[in-house]
Amino acid sequence: MKFFDVAKGIWRFIRRDKKAMAGSFILLGLLTIAAFPNFFTPHDPAAEVYMPGAGLSWNHILGTTSFGQDVFSQLIAGTRQSMMIALVVGFLCTVLSVLVGITAAYAGGWLDDLLSLMTDVVLVIPTFPLIIVITAYLKSASFWLMVFVLVVTGWSYGARQLRVQALSLRNRDYLLAARARGESSIYVIFVELIPPMTSLIVANFLGAALYAVLAESSLQFIGLGDISTQSWGTMLYWAQNNAALNSGLPLWALAPGIAIALLGSALALLNYAFDEIANPALRPVRAKRLKVTSS
Amino acid sequence: MRYLVRRIGFLLVALWAAITLNFFIPRLMPGNPAIAMMAKFKGHLNPASLHAIEVAFGIHTHENIFVAYVQYVGNTLQGNFGTSLSNFPNSVTSVISKALPWTLGLVGITTILGFLIGTAVGAIAAWRRGGVLDSVLPPVFIVVSAFPYFWIGLMAIWLFAITLNWLPFLGGYTETVTPSFTLSFILDVLNHAVLPAFTILITSIGGWILTMRNNMITVVAEDYVKMARAKGLRPRRILWQYAGRNALLPNLTGFAMSLGFVISGAILVEYVFNYPGVGFMLLQAVENEDYPLMQALFLLITVAVLVAIFISDIATAILDPRTRSQE
Repeated sequence: MKFFDVAKGIWRFIRRDKKAMAGSFILLGLLTIAAFPNFFTPHDPAAEVYMPGAGLSWNHILGTTSFGQDVFSQLIAGTRQSMMIALVVGFLCTVLSVLVGITAAYAGGWLDDLLSLMTDVVLVIPTFPLIIVITAYLKSASFWLMVFVLVVTGWSYGARQLRVQALSLRNRDYLLAARARGESSIYVIFVELIPPMTSLIVANFLGAALYAVLAESSLQFIGLGDISTQSWGTMLYWAQNNAALNSGLPLWALAPGIAIALLGSALALLNYAFDEIANPALRPVRAKRLKVTSS
Repeated sequence: MRYLVRRIGFLLVALWAAITLNFFIPRLMPGNPAIAMMAKFKGHLNPASLHAIEVAFGIHTHENIFVAYVQYVGNTLQGNFGTSLSNFPNSVTSVISKALPWTLGLVGITTILGFLIGTAVGAIAAWRRGGVLDSVLPPVFIVVSAFPYFWIGLMAIWLFAITLNWLPFLGGYTETVTPSFTLSFILDVLNHAVLPAFTILITSIGGWILTMRNNMITVVAEDYVKMARAKGLRPRRILWQYAGRNALLPNLTGFAMSLGFVISGAILVEYVFNYPGVGFMLLQAVENEDYPLMQALFLLITVAVLVAIFISDIATAILDPRTRSQE
């Protein structure tokens, strides 16, 4: 019942907020494409059978690659990997953040000190060079390996934020009351502590998902992912390695970048909207001509 | 004082963690990749540098891992990273020292510029709440922050270098010119730096603008700002000397935290522009399987970020008496 209320509240909020509305709309569209790519692809994305380097035409609405593949079909087929990475890494990072952040805040004492120190150390070590080093040894990173690396490097920011929020809630009267009633820690954490933090947890999921999409496409672009898969980052890798920009095929590199940005902005717009729930002061205001400021 | 000790302690712990990661990562990899690398370079290296690499990558597994670890930490602290395999017989240190000035110049200057401009714009946006800046900038930069950094670089190349042919886009200077301290060479370097610098600025400035704006919105609602208004102080003075100074503090911490992101972006920007800096070198080392160079670069980047964070912590302590009196 409680979660149903939360979902209803989120929906009511999305309907009212323009940024959230735009974000969910794009996300839903991309999810549909990722779920049923065959429905949208006019050609086989991997087949190298068309005229190489063809420009725009009705048959190839984004032209072809210099290998003779249809760019639009590749774009559609690549949606699934970015989407999967976003959802899986976002989810796992959030679970880890909640686990570490809330344990630290709830337990306090030495455990808090230890977990906070760990969080801060992971936070300050530059993640992308670390990811490069790890994947360089592995030569090519499969999907799950990429998920693992991105989760290990991506949970700390959320853990830190959630710990701060949980700390501020920890000594509220209703939590003390629950403990005084003799409720178990598990009950207090899951029923009393986590629900008020929902918007921050959702914002963290979206932030982690955005991080995952950008990091994954960067890794694929420099060839440290798996270049045989269909993804937007791999498209950019092949485009760059065949000098698409110099040889009059800019759409080959343009299209996947815009697709990544579309998914990224959907996540970022929703993220921003959820930040505005957590901190109402940030909500947009109508221009008020204050006499003090205009003087 | 206590604050300072804590920050120094944290710096040391983080440094130790980075060095330890560097030591264990190659050892944790399936089928030690360094063995393949060694086979490739055997005969090209003298026994001393071979041994240094063996220690660094744990090839002789019968060697006690603790002894190897102590030896490795000792080597690292002395700045002894061995020989760069792809630039044989140059040492890793000498290879890196050639790339470092390029990155310090490009990434250092653009980061500081981005921070200053972004902070100023963010402060003004929040001050004129609901004005043009305040309503246009946040959505614009939310979208910009969702673009991959390297892709913005690719588009800058396509638009300004290839289509319009205004600027060069490969390398740090024209290949045919020998580097010298002449005006024409300096202009050539600046000319090559315009597009990468523009790319880093565009992608990093949004973060500073948004965080500063959000801090500033909270600060402007404080009583002391109202008090300053009631006293009839000039708005400009309230904006910069009352509200701005306080809103800047969390942004300074944010600066430290997001430095890692900027560095990550800069690595790819250097790669896209073939800019002869540390990031480009890191990816080349990866491509050439030059693991000693790669690991030294990772450590260097980490140390640079940690030191920058430490400096911004100290700056926060100097600017904000509250941090000093904590606990």
